Amino acid sequence: MISIMEANETVKMITQENLDVRTITMGISLIDCIDSDLDRLNEKIYRKITEKARDLVSVGRDIEKEYGIPIVNKRISVTPIGLIGAAACRTEDDFVAIAKTLDRAAGTVGVNFLGGYSAVVSKGMTPAEERLIRSIPKALSSTQYICASVNVGSTRTGIDMDAIRLLGNIILETAELTKEKDSLGCAKLVVFCNAPDDNPFMAGAFHGVTEGDTVINVGVSGPGVVKTALEQIRGESFEVLCETIKKTAFKVTRVGQLVAQEASRRLGVPFGIIDLSLAPTPAIGDSVADILCEIGLEKAGAPGTTAALALLNDQVKKGGVMASSYVGGLSGAFIPVSEDQGMIDAVEAGALHLEKLEAMTCVCSVGLDMIAIPGDTKASTISGIIADEMAIGMVNSKTTAVRLIPVIGKGVGDSVEFGGLLGHAPVMPVNAFSCDAFISRSGRIPAPIHSFKN
Amino acid sequence: MTKLIITVIGKDTVGIIARVCSYLADHNINILDISQTIVGGYFNMMMVADPAQSTVTAGQAADELDALGKEMGLSIRVMKEDIFNAMHRI
Repeated sequence: MISIMEANETVKMITQENLDVRTITMGISLIDCIDSDLDRLNEKIYRKITEKARDLVSVGRDIEKEYGIPIVNKRISVTPIGLIGAAACRTEDDFVAIAKTLDRAAGTVGVNFLGGYSAVVSKGMTPAEERLIRSIPKALSSTQYICASVNVGSTRTGIDMDAIRLLGNIILETAELTKEKDSLGCAKLVVFCNAPDDNPFMAGAFHGVTEGDTVINVGVSGPGVVKTALEQIRGESFEVLCETIKKTAFKVTRVGQLVAQEASRRLGVPFGIIDLSLAPTPAIGDSVADILCEIGLEKAGAPGTTAALALLNDQVKKGGVMASSYVGGLSGAFIPVSEDQGMIDAVEAGALHLEKLEAMTCVCSVGLDMIAIPGDTKASTISGIIADEMAIGMVNSKTTAVRLIPVIGKGVGDSVEFGGLLGHAPVMPVNAFSCDAFISRSGRIPAPIHSFKN
Repeated sequence: MTKLIITVIGKDTVGIIARVCSYLADHNINILDISQTIVGGYFNMMMVADPAQSTVTAGQAADELDALGKEMGLSIRVMKEDIFNAMHRI
């Protein structure tokens, strides 16, 4: 029998410490929709998504109510459209037509994002994939729910520098086309190295080709719960610190596991994975930076930050894998800037710079995320930042990602408001020295050696 | 049938248990166990209830007891027992 103390602990986590299930994401394969006729392809895509995900939102709401746990987002990921549209799309506008179909389907079933307007080009781009990448600015500026991602490298294939050079321009174009909304389009575009096939979190979710027809993946969150648990053990040893993070991550993940199983059963769709990421929101007390401060730093970015984050990321995973046999996705600690009030404070106080963030991405679960940079940043500089981040992922066999927002018309000292979960951010300075000659080389960076690990 | 855990937290006043119990009785939800403490003037109760014969769904009970709680200045939450077992039992 559950004791009153245990009941209160759970209720307190939900009501005061922002424990929630961040997303139930239904992965839907569109491979059986492939057609060389664009109209038929669009029709099949719309029909399949609206059929498979018809009850996703209502089932999510029911579970939320019955178990008393908020389920913040219900979302869909689909097979990378770079593959699905290859036979039908002869122009960039053909791809945009698919984006609009996806957008219409997302609106019909009531999800708040649909990911998978993507291309996986870790070694090279097919002509269709290049067309999809070139269509991203138009697709993102003419749709509401669509998220795009491009995987440009992996530990086994190396890094496609041609794609990175192209993406520097694509990110700037997307920023330009959405400049009325502080270049918000770029918040829906992620560049990956080693992208997982089963990530439920946006903007980078897509339903990889290794997956089955449909799948339910669940992302849990709870930075506030970890922070509160750590408040009770100030000054204790690293052993106690690690033990506390693990136990908390275990509890949080178990809730996700329960919700995932229940959603899978009610929807008749197989359960895929739990992604146990500490995903912050701009809400007070829902910050990963605050956990780093609770571990012992004055501000995120102070010396010791990388070590503290490495410890946190690892303990979260260790606690989580005990709670669910199927852990996947990105799993770990996210360090977005605009979505985390503690990170924003650290940047504004001058404690946290782009270079320190880059170092932190070596040990966090993703990468340079939701960072506003000056709108007049050169395309080659953006490509250079992406290349650096991809190299970290490639060499360290981990997922890394870049989601930069060059805010058109704004510079260092200005601030940007994205609204909702995306938060607000100070525009951060970027190293102004050129990497033009490096980025203008064609071809790819070879895969790294898998021995002599130093 | 999954049991329900009902938690009530708030400032202590006359008739909290009575009001919650009448709601449950009116809707044919059987109370299996009650634990209750008062810490620093704050009323803290947990009920385990069996909704097998209930005339309302767990979701409706959650909404209606939440409304009753607001009326009395309390936080009343109805949650399926599974979430507590998942979190606190291996």
